[in-house]
Amino acid sequence: MIQRKTFGERIFDGFNILFMLFLIVVTLYPLIYVLASSLSSAGDLARHRGILLWPVGNINLAAYGRVFSDPQLMVGYRNTLIILVGGVTLNILLTSVGAYVLSRKDVFWNKTFSKLIVVTMIFQGGFIPLFLVVNAIGLLDSLWALILPTAISTFNLIIMRTSFAAIPESLSESAELDGAGHMTILFKIVLPLSKAVIAVMVLFYGVFHWNSWLHAALFIRNENLFPLQLVLRNILILNQMTDDMMAGDIHGANVMEIQMTIQYAMIIIATVPILCLYPFLQKYFAKGVMIGSVKG
Amino acid sequence: MANKKNLGIQYKKLSLGYRIKRDATKNYTLYLMMLPVLVYYIIFHYGPMVGLQTAFRDTRIITDMWTAPWVGFANFRAFFNHPWFGMILGNTIRISLWTIIAGFPAPIILALLINELKSKKFSRVTQTITYLPHFISLVVVAGMVITFVSAGSGGIISQAWAFITRTEPQYMLNNPSMFLPIFVTTNIWRTIGWGSIVYLAALTGIDPTLYEAAEIDGASRMRKLWHVTLPGILPTITIMLILRVGQVMTVGFEEILLLQNQLNFHVSEVIPTHMFNRNFGNTDWGITREHTGYTSAIAMFNSVINFAIIIVANFICRKVGETSLW
Repeated sequence: MIQRKTFGERIFDGFNILFMLFLIVVTLYPLIYVLASSLSSAGDLARHRGILLWPVGNINLAAYGRVFSDPQLMVGYRNTLIILVGGVTLNILLTSVGAYVLSRKDVFWNKTFSKLIVVTMIFQGGFIPLFLVVNAIGLLDSLWALILPTAISTFNLIIMRTSFAAIPESLSESAELDGAGHMTILFKIVLPLSKAVIAVMVLFYGVFHWNSWLHAALFIRNENLFPLQLVLRNILILNQMTDDMMAGDIHGANVMEIQMTIQYAMIIIATVPILCLYPFLQKYFAKGVMIGSVKG
Repeated sequence: MANKKNLGIQYKKLSLGYRIKRDATKNYTLYLMMLPVLVYYIIFHYGPMVGLQTAFRDTRIITDMWTAPWVGFANFRAFFNHPWFGMILGNTIRISLWTIIAGFPAPIILALLINELKSKKFSRVTQTITYLPHFISLVVVAGMVITFVSAGSGGIISQAWAFITRTEPQYMLNNPSMFLPIFVTTNIWRTIGWGSIVYLAALTGIDPTLYEAAEIDGASRMRKLWHVTLPGILPTITIMLILRVGQVMTVGFEEILLLQNQLNFHVSEVIPTHMFNRNFGNTDWGITREHTGYTSAIAMFNSVINFAIIIVANFICRKVGETSLW
């Protein structure tokens, strides 16, 4: 049925589009500003006021050079990569195994398991008791402390279970008749059929590990084990620059000005990997959240 | 038919013990697979619940959560008698309420507006872009906020604010009255897009024949929104609200911790940041370190209140409406 739009509706549609454009600008502009600033020359940037869409002064990568000359940042990158690879592998393994068992209908204790697991979403001890547990099992100052306590996210487990439960039972039944064990069914039948949900899980867990800083602030004292976000926090929030960054000729710009461009460059370096992956996975994760929200 | 009924009776006759035993022999590989998952939940989710008993111990000298001496409710009394107790509780409730009042409806409104967009392509682009902040780390977000509200060259927000109020640009986070607006705005910026996904999913689940029927009855767009769309997503709104109010005492504490400084401390210190600062915080701010028994008492206080709120919210929703968490 095609209706003629009334005048009021046209006005509404117009304003709606304007509002969305405003939202898009508000979301993207901070990143554009930071990117432009990170490529600006330090002295010119310090004198600049107001809107910035393009680097001021000569476009240069000096700030990035300084950032990459910092050994602490490189250590942070290395640790985050270790946590990312180890953590996500463990995440996917445990979550899919748990989701597989919970998605089976004929398991007597499944209801009890589900209840035990969902209760932890509603009643949480908080980070101090978690610290006590991590301390008690001797994980303080170890990268395991950033991998094991977050091995499964209950929310992701539920998403995965829902997705596994949607796979026709006849597939696993026929495999069982052929004598396949549960591990074989999981790895040879269920997981290959669940590529989309696994992509979502890798993204969710990966982004979590990449962005997480609180657990590191709680569990890690040794600077050589600091993940990227903790290094970032020290520089962006607590303003602790290392000597390596400030070394060398600073071309008449003062220390404060150099610091600013370094901070901008660090924001870009810490965000770009996610921003690059993001558009490719976007169609998957919307689906993932929807699966979870339908059943929750 | 008769046959089926008989089978049903026969099945019921099997004793519970027999069923458990048969299930154990049939599914033991599944239970073996489940074992590491259960171990994980027991250690890292039930472990902390057990760890909460530290709240009743004096861990100042013996720090171990099993052998430190019992002190009854002394840690709770210490927290309730803390000179900052009123301030911290007030901040927690104020920041939490404002985040809910301003932040909870925002993604719902966004989802409804996206739903009204005629161009599917534009709607997809808007969604993709507004989801983006969810993937940026809190440290980076806080770093950007600190820069944008600074008095220096990067302080585009403070410059705009100074222009509007005809004052000199200042570092806005140092101004206690600006902390709450900055925090709430940042929070909305970060969560509005991602939060709208569940509502958009709920919107696609609304039966299109309802809209057709409303159109035949001559309903305007506003009427359809009010009588079809909103009731359609009400269950989702209810569930999300219950979960949200269950986080009242937790607030957005990581974000607050990152935006907190010595000058806004008295308006930004909330219960979880108090816990963090008492055990791990910056002692330069005149914070005295406390033992983990003290912070465990606060953790318990917080968890119990969160839990109670979620129970009450769920109870109310079940009485008033049709949806509830359980």
